[in-house]
Amino acid sequence: MGVMVPFNPVEPFLRSERMPHIWCSGCGIGTTVNCFARALAESKLPLDKVAIVSGIGCTGRVAGYLNLDSFHTTHGRAIPFATGLKLANPELTVVVYSGDGDLIAIGGNHFIHAARRNVDIKVICINNFIYGMTGGQVAPTTPVGATATTAPYGCFERPFNLPYLAESSGAVYVARWTAYHVRYIAHSMADALRKKGFSFIEILAPCPTLYQRRNKLGDGLETMRYYKQHSVIRHGANTRDVNLHFQGEITLGKFVDIERPTLQQTMEQRFRQVLRDRYAG
Amino acid sequence: MSPPRPSAVLSGAHFMDGNHAACEGAIAAGANFAAGYPITPSTEIVERFAARAPLVGATFLQMEDELASSIAILGAAWGGAKAFTVTSGPGFSLMMEHIGFAAMTETPSVFVNVQRGGPSTGLPTLPAQADMMQARWGSHGDYEIIALCPNSPQECFNLMIDAFNFSEQYRNPVLLMMDESVGHMTEKVVIPPADQINIFPRRHTSKAPSEYLPFKPASDDVPEMARVGEGYRFHVTGLTHDEHGYPSMEWQTQQALVGRLVGKIRAHADDLTRTEEKQLEDAEIVLVAYGISSRVALWALQEAREEGLRVGLLRPIVVWPFPEKRIRELAQRVNAFVVVELNYGQMVREVERAAAGRARTILVPHAGGAVHPPESIVKVLREVGSWA
Repeated sequence: MGVMVPFNPVEPFLRSERMPHIWCSGCGIGTTVNCFARALAESKLPLDKVAIVSGIGCTGRVAGYLNLDSFHTTHGRAIPFATGLKLANPELTVVVYSGDGDLIAIGGNHFIHAARRNVDIKVICINNFIYGMTGGQVAPTTPVGATATTAPYGCFERPFNLPYLAESSGAVYVARWTAYHVRYIAHSMADALRKKGFSFIEILAPCPTLYQRRNKLGDGLETMRYYKQHSVIRHGANTRDVNLHFQGEITLGKFVDIERPTLQQTMEQRFRQVLRDRYAG
Repeated sequence: MSPPRPSAVLSGAHFMDGNHAACEGAIAAGANFAAGYPITPSTEIVERFAARAPLVGATFLQMEDELASSIAILGAAWGGAKAFTVTSGPGFSLMMEHIGFAAMTETPSVFVNVQRGGPSTGLPTLPAQADMMQARWGSHGDYEIIALCPNSPQECFNLMIDAFNFSEQYRNPVLLMMDESVGHMTEKVVIPPADQINIFPRRHTSKAPSEYLPFKPASDDVPEMARVGEGYRFHVTGLTHDEHGYPSMEWQTQQALVGRLVGKIRAHADDLTRTEEKQLEDAEIVLVAYGISSRVALWALQEAREEGLRVGLLRPIVVWPFPEKRIRELAQRVNAFVVVELNYGQMVREVERAAAGRARTILVPHAGGAVHPPESIVKVLREVGSWA
């Protein structure tokens, strides 16, 4: 007697043999991976030509679960790895999928420079306000007042406003969602996959084990309720105005969607203009 | 991986310095990607590459720091490029993590270090050879490294090609350990015709994706590489991984992987060993020196010989793996090794270890910033000669 297993549309995008994954119950990372699989389907990109690059941390494990050419690199350096990969093999669609600590703290320098250059990569940042893998330390995204193992009396440093950082550094596509807004995430990811240039999506996600529990914010479900009740979608909002505050209102939406030549394009244009037929590109 | 375009190879005789020659060696080896961050005294290599790249179908990117440079080349290598980066002193320290990542992920890659005086900012414009142990042990964990040490601009060109070939053959990071003197020394450099340059091709698999395991080694312990974007859907991680490339936190996986990473180089140490030897036939004292110091040591050798001292010279060209077998053989019949290096005692430890007490080992140290005055070496040779 067989058990009917309904077809899961996400399964072809995952390495099923690697399940179960390492993420805690109530964690938002898996939800975003589900959205990413749907975005890949929606984008109709040939999957053999999509490569995924992660750094280190809970979100850094995403690369290992996706059924794509995948690279789990060093802490903070997913973006420069992806830069080399994309320049060496421009026909690839290169996605960087990592966490806030990896991309913005240790990797912050690379983040701003890749945006400045407009490297044609898509950067998905899962922001859980904390270092998850190492046990809940304060991050450059931790809201003032929230506690962490290394900020036991509450964080007293101003956090980054990531959409503003991305836009002012040169990103051509900037959006923010929460793990509750799954359809928006999937559409936004599909947008970014089609977009040429440095595209950035921040997704707020619960870390019930470390951030929510330590701050007495309930479990994953309660966090979803908070996301639902306190999020406002304001497409085109000025990124200066989308700061996050501890348990405050969350501004979501697609903030930036502009056209700017990519690094590859500016490089080729420059060489063609200056070197003419001596250019071997 | 295609060989370089013949038009990219500047065949003929040139008058150029070691840094420029190293760049031309990379191009002749088929390098089509470099990333770098400016740092004295290495910068001319990437300056030349930046100028040459668009003319030869290559890409150069100046990155925001050495961390970025040293992993951009690894991304490029997985993207199908032959890639290298160039640095010195502090930049070499910053690159350590990615030398380890390249070893762990078996990514063909070449790192050039034009050594300057240290520690820290040290002597940016002046020579030293004080990164030799860092080259061997600088990244955390167990791994093996291949490092080459040129002593002339011609050899900067030649060894750069060898560095690329070894990195492809063994799928390992390879270091070209230059020094400021060799980098800035100008001499005749002969670049052969493109069709006379041997290129070790990338070990791409011909297996179908369903038959292919990314980290299952071939008979020589080196796995074949898949091409990205061709449907292999492979995974690469710096975590301890099994033959699928998937993380595995079992000690057995660690033993199998690290054992193989170390073994694939150690088993071929004899194939990799390369030395230059002078007047060893009747030598009682063997000078051991590499890079710029080998040229100073040769001067001292000639003076000592004129005084009747039976002195020879052993120059390791491949410094890692260390030519320990050769030292062991010589230790059976010579009285002493005199090691001349621009540091306070690095490769001398290897010489002493390999000699294992059968011959005495004496260091002629130098803190860097200049080369040894030949007389300081002759003085030591005279003293060692008087012990017999």
